[in-house]
Amino acid sequence: MASMLEIQNVQVSIADKDILRGVDLKIKQGEIHALMGPNGSGKSTLAYALMGHPGYKVTAGQVTFKGIDVLELSPDERARMGLFLAFQYPVAIPGVTVANFLRTAINSRRKAEDPKDRGISIRKFRSLLREKMASLDMPEDVAGRYLNDGFSGGEKKRAEILQLATLEPDIAILDETDSGLDIDALKIVAGGVNQLVGPDLGVLVITHYQRVLRYIQPDRVHVMFEGRIVESGGADLAHQLEERGYEWVRAAHGNGVGA
Amino acid sequence: MTKAKSAAIGKQEARDAGADLLLEKADIQRLSQVLHDGEWYADERMRAWRAYRAMPMPTLEDEAWRRTDIRALRWNEVVPDTLLGNVSRSGSNGRVPARFKKPLVSRKQGGQIIVANGQIVERTLDDEAAEQGVLFTDLLAATRTHPGQVARHIGKLVPSREGKHAAMAAALADQGVFVLVPAGVVLKRPLHSVLWSNGLAQFSRVVVIVEQGASLTFVHELCSRAMKKEQLHAGTVEVFVGDGAELTFVELQTLGDSCWHFSHERARVGVEGNLDWIFGSVGSKLTKAFLDLDLAGRGARGRMSGFYFTAGKQHLDHDTQQNHFAEGQTSDLLFKGALRDQSRSVWQGMINVAPGAQKADGFQANRNLLLSSETRADSIPGLEIQADDVRCTHAATVGRLEDEHLFYLMSRGMAYDDARKLMVDGFFDPIMQRIPFEGVRNRLKDTVIEKMAP
Repeated sequence: MASMLEIQNVQVSIADKDILRGVDLKIKQGEIHALMGPNGSGKSTLAYALMGHPGYKVTAGQVTFKGIDVLELSPDERARMGLFLAFQYPVAIPGVTVANFLRTAINSRRKAEDPKDRGISIRKFRSLLREKMASLDMPEDVAGRYLNDGFSGGEKKRAEILQLATLEPDIAILDETDSGLDIDALKIVAGGVNQLVGPDLGVLVITHYQRVLRYIQPDRVHVMFEGRIVESGGADLAHQLEERGYEWVRAAHGNGVGA
Repeated sequence: MTKAKSAAIGKQEARDAGADLLLEKADIQRLSQVLHDGEWYADERMRAWRAYRAMPMPTLEDEAWRRTDIRALRWNEVVPDTLLGNVSRSGSNGRVPARFKKPLVSRKQGGQIIVANGQIVERTLDDEAAEQGVLFTDLLAATRTHPGQVARHIGKLVPSREGKHAAMAAALADQGVFVLVPAGVVLKRPLHSVLWSNGLAQFSRVVVIVEQGASLTFVHELCSRAMKKEQLHAGTVEVFVGDGAELTFVELQTLGDSCWHFSHERARVGVEGNLDWIFGSVGSKLTKAFLDLDLAGRGARGRMSGFYFTAGKQHLDHDTQQNHFAEGQTSDLLFKGALRDQSRSVWQGMINVAPGAQKADGFQANRNLLLSSETRADSIPGLEIQADDVRCTHAATVGRLEDEHLFYLMSRGMAYDDARKLMVDGFFDPIMQRIPFEGVRNRLKDTVIEKMAP
C-alpha cells in the first residue's frame, strides 16, 4: 500500500507568532504536488514543521504518516520512517565529508532498526555512492569535500538531491530547491529528481516560481497565502499563476491581516 | 627557639597542610642511593634540589598560574615521606595494558622502551639503528653509560630555574627516555616509548637529540592507571633538532583521571631544521604544560598540533610559545579542544619574534568546542614582535554545536548522539589531518568515542 502523508488543519507558530493558520494536504507515494505562493506565505514553515524543527511549534492540527502521528516524533525518527526534506539553505558542516556524512546517516538508520547492525561495508557504500553521484553528474572528488562547505548554490542543491537519492525516502519535500539556480543547474537538479520519481516516491515541490514546474511535472498544484492553502488544482493552476502573478490571489483571499 | 627547631616546626605545619612538597638534602641523597646514580647525576640532582628550594610553589598570583589552581593537591599524599626515593615503585608490579605496546606509527618499529612503575620491562632497538650509533635507552641508564652525552643536553633547554615543577622533576627523576640520532642518520623506523604507572607518582625526564641532517619519528606515551588515590607526574622534555634535521615527535598523555600533571618542555630547532610536534592530551585530573618552540637557526620550521578533550572536572592548561630568533622561520600552531561536563581548558599562546628575525611567518590558532553549559575554555593568544618584516597572525575561538546543524543531520535519520558525535569528529578533523599516523589518529578517535558516550 502506498504511504501517505496527511496534514490536517495544521497551525504553526514561531516564537509565538502564528504563521500557519490551518493547512490541509494529502500526499501519497507516487504523487507530485507543487506548493506555490508569495514570499512569507508560510511554505517553508510547513516544510520545517513537517520535519520537526524544534523552533516550529505546531499549536493545532494533526500530521500522520503511514497512519502514525508524527508530531510526537523527533526529526530523525520521522526521517527513518521515510520522510525527507531538501533544504532551501543547507548548512555547511565543516570537517565532515560528504561520504562520511552519508555513511553515518545510513549506519545510524540501520542501527536504529537493528541495534546489532554492524553498518554498511565500506566497499558497498563506495559503489552505492559512486553510482548515485554518477547519476547526478557529480564529480567524484565531491565525496571527499566537507559537506556544503564552500559549495556553490548549484552544488549545494545537487548534494541535497544526492542525499535524497541515497536515502530513498517515501515522501520528499523540496523546499525551494530551484531558488538561486541558473537554468543549467536547474535542469540538472530537476533531472535528478525526475530519475527518482515513480511509484515509490511522493514529492512536495515548494517553489515561488512556476519555472521549475516545466521540468518537474506536478499532478496537483496548491497555492498558499497567509498561512493557508487557498487554491488547489491541476497543473494548469501553475500556468495561471505565471500569467496573472500572485496579485489575483491577494485580491481574492487577502484580508489585510498578514502579508 | 633555635633556628633549626623553628624550621622543623614550619616543615611540620606545611606537611600537615600538604600544601607544599618539602624536600631535604637527605631525601635527595637517599634517592641517589636507591637509584644508583653516578656521581655526575647525583650532583645534578643536588643542583636541581637547590633550585627547587629557592622557588616557592606557584600560586594563583603568578601570571602563568592565574587560571590553574593547584591548592587542592596534597603533596604529602602523592609523595609520602616513607616512600620518597621509591615513589614510582609504590605501584603493585602492574602489567602495562596491551594497548600501549602496540606500535602506533608503523607495523615495524625501530625500537621500544616500556617502563612500568619506574622499572624497565621492555627495551629493544633494532640492530641497524644500533650500528648507526643511535642511542635509545632509559634516562637513568644513559646517565651512567653516556654521562657526557647526557650532561651536554639535559637541563640545557629546560633548566631547573624554569619552574618549581621542572626543578622537582630534575631532583626526583626516577625514569625517562634518552634518544640520540647521530648526524646524518636517517632512521626510517619509528621509536616508541611508554612510561606507565599504577603507583602514586612519576618523575620523568625525556631528552631527544636529532643531530645535524638526521631524521627521526618518535612517539612518547605517558600514562597511568585510573585510580581512586591521587597521582602525580612531574616531568621535563627537551628536544634538540639539529641543522637540517627532521623530527616528528608525538606525545600522547593518557594519565589516569586522578593524576596531577606538570610538564616543562622546550624544543630547539637549528638552521633549516624541521620539527613536527604533536600533542594528544587526553588524561589527567589537572595538567599544566609549558610547551615552548625555540626556532634558533635561520630557516627553521616548527609545527605544533594539539588535541584535547576534557570531561568531568578535568582541567587542562597548555601554555605555548613560538619563539623566532633568526631570519626566515616558520611556526604554525593549531590546538583544538572539546569540553564536556564541568571541565575546563586554558590555552595561552605567545609568538615572539626577536629583533632581526625578519621574514618570520608565525601562525597560532586555538579552537574550543563547548559541549555543555558548565564548561569553560580560556583562550588567550599573544604576539610580541620586535622585527618589522614579519607575517604573524592568530585566532582563538570558543563555540558550541549549532542547533541548525544538529537538525540538519537528524533530518537525515541520524540519532541525536550520532549527529553530535559526527559534528565533534568534524571539529577535530583539521587536527587529525595533521597527524600522519593512523594508529595515533585511531587512539584519539577512540578517545572521542569514549568521551562522547552519554
